[in-house]
Amino acid sequence: MATFDSENAAHLHRELHSHLPSDPALRVKTLESLAIERGLVAPQTVDAWVEAYSEHIGPKRGAQVVARAWLDADFHARLLEDAAEAIKDLGFQGSATGHLKAVANTDRQHNMVVCTLCSCYPFSILGMSPSWYKSAEYRARAVREPRQVLSEFGVALADDVAVRVWDSTAELRYLVVPQRPAGTQGWSEEALAAIVTRNSMIGTQRDLPLEAS
Amino acid sequence: MFQPDDPLAPPQPVFDEPWQAQALALADSLVNAGHFSAQDWARTLGAALAAAEARGAADTLETYYLAVVDALERLSAQQAGISRQDMDQRRADWEAAYNRTPHGQPVKLEPSA
Repeated sequence: MATFDSENAAHLHRELHSHLPSDPALRVKTLESLAIERGLVAPQTVDAWVEAYSEHIGPKRGAQVVARAWLDADFHARLLEDAAEAIKDLGFQGSATGHLKAVANTDRQHNMVVCTLCSCYPFSILGMSPSWYKSAEYRARAVREPRQVLSEFGVALADDVAVRVWDSTAELRYLVVPQRPAGTQGWSEEALAAIVTRNSMIGTQRDLPLEAS
Repeated sequence: MFQPDDPLAPPQPVFDEPWQAQALALADSLVNAGHFSAQDWARTLGAALAAAEARGAADTLETYYLAVVDALERLSAQQAGISRQDMDQRRADWEAAYNRTPHGQPVKLEPSA
């Protein structure tokens, strides 16, 4: 039938020119619009969050915390005692850091962070977690064979250095304080912060090179 | 996979697709607004990730963020009063809106109800 054919052709034409978003994009759009309509989240909240985390908040905040701890013994002590409270000195209080624990590397101990359950991460001071942190492989192997995983990151640990793996939860997230490299005496807080890498604060890097990365 | 960042490589975008950022943003916003707890979010996301692994999904960011969307839908239905039926209806409304909007124009939702 001619009518059927032309309708069918029109349908196909629409399909071909359709710019429907992908399935997951539509699912998220659906939830977001319902959540806003029902007043569960404010209209600009999601966009503002995306902009902040895509462009502004990176591991720089964590690096500033580490640099401050290297320079200020009192701050260092307070950071290890109660990190969520101490980082308020730098204005970094935030919901995701409500329960934050700082763990310091020493000559005898290396700290490494994972979330075996999902991907809990102190993103308000470290930005978005790297993709490997979210991978099933890292989540499983970091606790099972941390030395092997570290060696794959290029970290060669001496036998007398113990590895402690901290498993993050929704209630408690971790920040590793790497050791201050030799040769940085007299450096400013800003210069020190520039050499602190994201991976060193997750514990998948141990020695910090003196050139800013 | 476990390579430290190459300092000489150009900076990578944090998300592969905008919906990934939006999903995480929505989840975090709902937690911050108290509609679900951080513990429930972690538990539900953990279960969605375990389910993806159990059915042999590839260990990729795409799989991770699809689990985020699964967890978001589940918890929204369980704790934020957004039923699956509401989701289906709204999804159909969005598809209709995209299909009737000429290319290049803003897509506006006009719910059938």
